[in-house]
Amino acid sequence: MVEPVFNAESVPVLALGYRFQFEPAQNCNVLLYPEGMIKLNGAAGEILQRISEKKQTVSELIAELKVAFNGADLDDDVYTFLEEAYNNDWIRPE
Amino acid sequence: MTGSDQNKAPGSIGGSIGSVRDQIRQPLWLLAELTYACPLQCPYCSNPMDFASVKKELTTEQWLDVFRQARAMGATQLGLSGGEPLTRPDLVELITEARKMGFYTNLITSGVGMDASKVAELKQAGLDHIQVSFQASSEDLNNLIAGTDAFQHKIEMAKAVKANGYPMVLCFVTHRQNIDQMEEILDLAINLDADYVELATTQYYGWAMHNRDQLLPMKEQLERAEAVAHRYQQEQKGNMKIYYVVPDYYEERPKACMNGWGNVFLTVTPDGTALPCHAARELPGMSLPNVKDMSIDAIWNGSDDFNRFRGFDWMTEPCRSCDEKEKDFGGCRCQAFMLTGDPTNADPVCSKSPHHHVIEQALERGRLEAEKPATQAKPLVFRNPKNSKQICGL
Repeated sequence: MVEPVFNAESVPVLALGYRFQFEPAQNCNVLLYPEGMIKLNGAAGEILQRISEKKQTVSELIAELKVAFNGADLDDDVYTFLEEAYNNDWIRPE
Repeated sequence: MTGSDQNKAPGSIGGSIGSVRDQIRQPLWLLAELTYACPLQCPYCSNPMDFASVKKELTTEQWLDVFRQARAMGATQLGLSGGEPLTRPDLVELITEARKMGFYTNLITSGVGMDASKVAELKQAGLDHIQVSFQASSEDLNNLIAGTDAFQHKIEMAKAVKANGYPMVLCFVTHRQNIDQMEEILDLAINLDADYVELATTQYYGWAMHNRDQLLPMKEQLERAEAVAHRYQQEQKGNMKIYYVVPDYYEERPKACMNGWGNVFLTVTPDGTALPCHAARELPGMSLPNVKDMSIDAIWNGSDDFNRFRGFDWMTEPCRSCDEKEKDFGGCRCQAFMLTGDPTNADPVCSKSPHHHVIEQALERGRLEAEKPATQAKPLVFRNPKNSKQICGL
């Protein structure tokens, strides 16, 4: 079992050289990085948009998402996503 | 060109190609070859041999118009290359505007002509990424390692890149004359605190093709270099990422050139010619549409050039019935033409190609050249306007 990188107090930030933006031509959110692009699905876009716009802890991020999504129980999904995104080199803890 | 940018597959931006014309995808990658002017004379450059015939580069406004059109069609990545893009006096303006349009801007440079204040200025303009290519020649690398002024300049420049919050991406173009210095190359990268190192093998177009006999590495050299690269990859894990690309002449299958013809990649040359592949100017029967005469949309979607090798209908055997055709698209059309005389043939790098022997012959010619005593060896022809004019009769 790999030790998780993020906990409630960590502050996730985009990795060096990564940029989040909405692409009108594709009608989706994307992550841009040196010479490449990742098209994001809805959930990944919601999380990464918040990470790119504001520095906050994971617990604050989850609280914000809960407000936006009617109190949905999304803690585990967010943690799972953050670890995946870290393993893909998209984000890192500040 | 100052690096391997011209030969690089467009990363993860690609994907599978549609097989019919009504599935034409948008251009995602715009490679703007801003200029053929370059302070270096790398004999492995993939610029065309006759680059000196290009007298008039696109103006600032013409480039910005190209950027706007490509961006509106959905392009996200902009490569600024050349030649040496730093020789364009309007580079900062081009970057500023491109960034405002929403491009992810990549500067591909030798770093010659750059200093700390220039890096800061580029950062201010919104430049997203700088790739610095090292080693104009083996002599140059030797100078670097020997600690000359150039080396000090590179160190300062590399530090400035990091100090401005960029990841440091170094590119080394390898060939027979420098590939035995793999340890020195990687130690230099470690000393510079690089984040990414690309060990890009020379690809044989333009000047590199002209100098192929002197540049093709020997198999023993490659095996050694590869072992060194893999050892450093292990040692540097989590610290510095090393990308090592095997030269296609030593592969059994061709590269998926440009991720498919007219699929994601659009190159615009200094004079405004739009190309689906950087060596496509050399192919017979090309109409060579120019951005000064046609819209990017008309070029991308409507021109014969960009439709010519889309999909699979143009293929001949063995590609046509090959179950790997959707993976590599039959390789590079330009290489197929250069080496077999017909751009619809399989790239002869493929071991299934009936022309594969031309690759073996090229390697053999390279070996014979390498075994000659130094006094009889063919000199490298350096990429400069004088040689361009002389060789091409301009």
